[in-house]
Amino acid sequence: MGVVPWLGRTLVVLLFVWLGVNLVKTPGDFGILLVEGLTLGLVYGLIALGYSLVYGILELINFAHGDVFMLGSWMSLYIGVQKLGLDASSSGAKVVSGLALTLLVAMAFCGLLNASIERVAYRPLRNAPRLAPLITAIGMSFILQDVGLNRLGPAPVSLPNILPTGTVVTIGGNNYGWGHLIVAVSALPVLALLVWLVQRTRQGRAMRATAQDQEAAAMMGINVNRTISFTFLIAGALAGVAGLLYALYSTNIQFDQGFTLGLIAFTSAVLGGIGNLPGAVLGAIIIGLIQQFNEGLSWHAPGSDWTQSIVFAILILILVFRPEGLLGERTPEGG
Amino acid sequence: MAKTGKVADEVRDPWYRRWAELPGEWRRRYRALDDRQRFQMGVVVRALVVIGLIFIDWPLALFVAVLFAVPYALAYVPQPWNRFNRFVTPTIVLLVALTYPLIYTNLLESRTNVTLIGAYPTLGTMVIMGVYAMMAVGLNIVVGYAGLLDLGYVAFYAMGAYTAAWFASVQFAHRNVHFGAVGVSGSTPGIHISIWILLVLAGILTAFVGIIIGLPTLRLRGDYLAIVTLGFGEILPQVARNGDSLGGFNLTNGPNGITPIDPPGFGNLNFLTGSGTFWTSDRLFFWGVLVLVIITVFCSLRLRDSRLGRAWIAIREDETAAAAMGVPLMRTKTWAYATGAFFGGVAGAYFAAFKQSTFPGDFSFNISAFILSMVILGGMGNVWGVVFGAAFLAFLNQQGLATIGHSINNSFGTSLDVPKYQFGIYGLIIVTVMLLRPEGLIPSARRKAEFHEGVSDTPLYDVQA
Repeated sequence: MGVVPWLGRTLVVLLFVWLGVNLVKTPGDFGILLVEGLTLGLVYGLIALGYSLVYGILELINFAHGDVFMLGSWMSLYIGVQKLGLDASSSGAKVVSGLALTLLVAMAFCGLLNASIERVAYRPLRNAPRLAPLITAIGMSFILQDVGLNRLGPAPVSLPNILPTGTVVTIGGNNYGWGHLIVAVSALPVLALLVWLVQRTRQGRAMRATAQDQEAAAMMGINVNRTISFTFLIAGALAGVAGLLYALYSTNIQFDQGFTLGLIAFTSAVLGGIGNLPGAVLGAIIIGLIQQFNEGLSWHAPGSDWTQSIVFAILILILVFRPEGLLGERTPEGG
Repeated sequence: MAKTGKVADEVRDPWYRRWAELPGEWRRRYRALDDRQRFQMGVVVRALVVIGLIFIDWPLALFVAVLFAVPYALAYVPQPWNRFNRFVTPTIVLLVALTYPLIYTNLLESRTNVTLIGAYPTLGTMVIMGVYAMMAVGLNIVVGYAGLLDLGYVAFYAMGAYTAAWFASVQFAHRNVHFGAVGVSGSTPGIHISIWILLVLAGILTAFVGIIIGLPTLRLRGDYLAIVTLGFGEILPQVARNGDSLGGFNLTNGPNGITPIDPPGFGNLNFLTGSGTFWTSDRLFFWGVLVLVIITVFCSLRLRDSRLGRAWIAIREDETAAAAMGVPLMRTKTWAYATGAFFGGVAGAYFAAFKQSTFPGDFSFNISAFILSMVILGGMGNVWGVVFGAAFLAFLNQQGLATIGHSINNSFGTSLDVPKYQFGIYGLIIVTVMLLRPEGLIPSARRKAEFHEGVSDTPLYDVQA
């Protein structure tokens, strides 16, 4: 397989050549897409972390995670817009307090939903063949998607521009709005909180121990089932945050966004090295950048028709060439 | 904090625990019965099912009653003749299937107000059920026999459908090739090859696609493989959707799809009946798909018992042990992929010829998951179970959900839009079956043992993170 690494390296070099030519030709477009890509990547990162957390502890691809995220968007719409009546003309104080409440409800809802899914659909299959929980995850994903379809309807639902619409900075004639900046900045404290939780707290240590070896963790007095439930709760809460931020970011939500964005986020998690939390965010930012560059650059960009194909091609290439991802540890299956 | 999970659970014992454990309790009680009691219980349960079905409609009840009664009757067949016992049930099912168009016209078509199910499947629905049965049997080779989860089976279906569309329509109008197409005038532009040849061609082309997808990916661990196949299953329809100008070349006609596709020629069979009204298009399509399903099932059964099939099952049960016994892992897995893809391609081509069209929108992930739920519902690894699961779910999807919803609304005065919940219902079926009866409704004994006694399915390259 001596040719395989070179093939991979050639692809990466070609990617950078393409980016370089575009940077020289249209620096303004390139700059704005870089910022937009970072913003989108941070939103993806929140979803990708949910996949990575669960995979790290159970080695299960939580297929329903994307749909939990979708229901988070729905919950944000339901609470923020329909119950609290936030819209483009709401005053600043009302927007801040309303969004804070919406965020709390969405996090609680998605966290509890994700933890109940684990309790109902995955825990009974803890000792079953490995593919069994993956199949129930697909089933749960269908159920949640159907709930979303019945709540949101088949067509995209648009939200009012709750966040301020003014321009922060203009790069080469393209505007970067306050709304997007707020979304990007709001993702950062959530990430910091997660790092603190996993690295510094007792519960986080239990999570890492369970991820390493469930039996040994149980012998050390860790309540494994509760730790796993807690992990699902956290992953769901992250999906809730992502649901709200995505709804604010795109002002457009749809019942099948969980499937498409879930797969993009999963690709991000794999790209960064699944189970590796900083890797998930790094992968998500790269995917967000690639998506924005692909859809916005003018020199030989395939365009938005091909975004999904490109993301999946990256997924396949990563799994074939470097299954451990960018930051993951090298394992024999990657050899 | 010092309690382990197990202790804490026993101490708490929430209210729903008793209900959650009921299936397990029933299973324990059933295992405690002796053979005679089990026999009696089987008779009683089957009799109750038949009595319940009489309330729905008698032809259905009669059919199920015959199927239930046959094994009991066969127990009395004397020594030299009982070697044919295993052919009796398939023969009965086959005869009913062969004569279904006649039964339908003469008996079932007029019974439109059946309790719960509404109406019997029309011939058009039966064709679609047959096509799905072929795809499910093909997927069963990959998932059921070889134990490789394939979430992108729709890619093979799409490949088959587009093969039929390319070579039997006006898509490539700058060419003018005619070979055996029936009912197409010689001056029509485009490539027109007989659908019967295209079925084989579609199967072979799709098998090649299966090999191309399989070669780089089959080294991966089970769940990674599932996601990669899912990726391919999403890429192919997107290529179809954007394929109206691939470097200026119109390959797939984009979102408008390719239509019309030539119908298959069934030949002029009027000399058999003397009149032209007997051989309607629907009947011919039905018998056509029936023959294909029979061939598929036959090949699938023979493959299972072949050297290759035993190698698949060995890999499914324990990859490491299989490799140690000298089973070439990659080659065997690739064959499973290619064979499964072959049947998917044939089914796709026949379906495209039946619908006379193919659109990129037909090939969403939902179809892959739909076929997968057929395999799971019927029983992974068991061909008969899979055929049953496919026929049942395809019937529900095609007309059952609508008619069942209608009759529920009529009976209870509700206004549920049942088809709106269809994917929720499939999801519920998948989850319930995996939780309560992971071996499916009609399991193969071997698969059942795997799920209940637990067979190591840790792949060779697996490592604990």
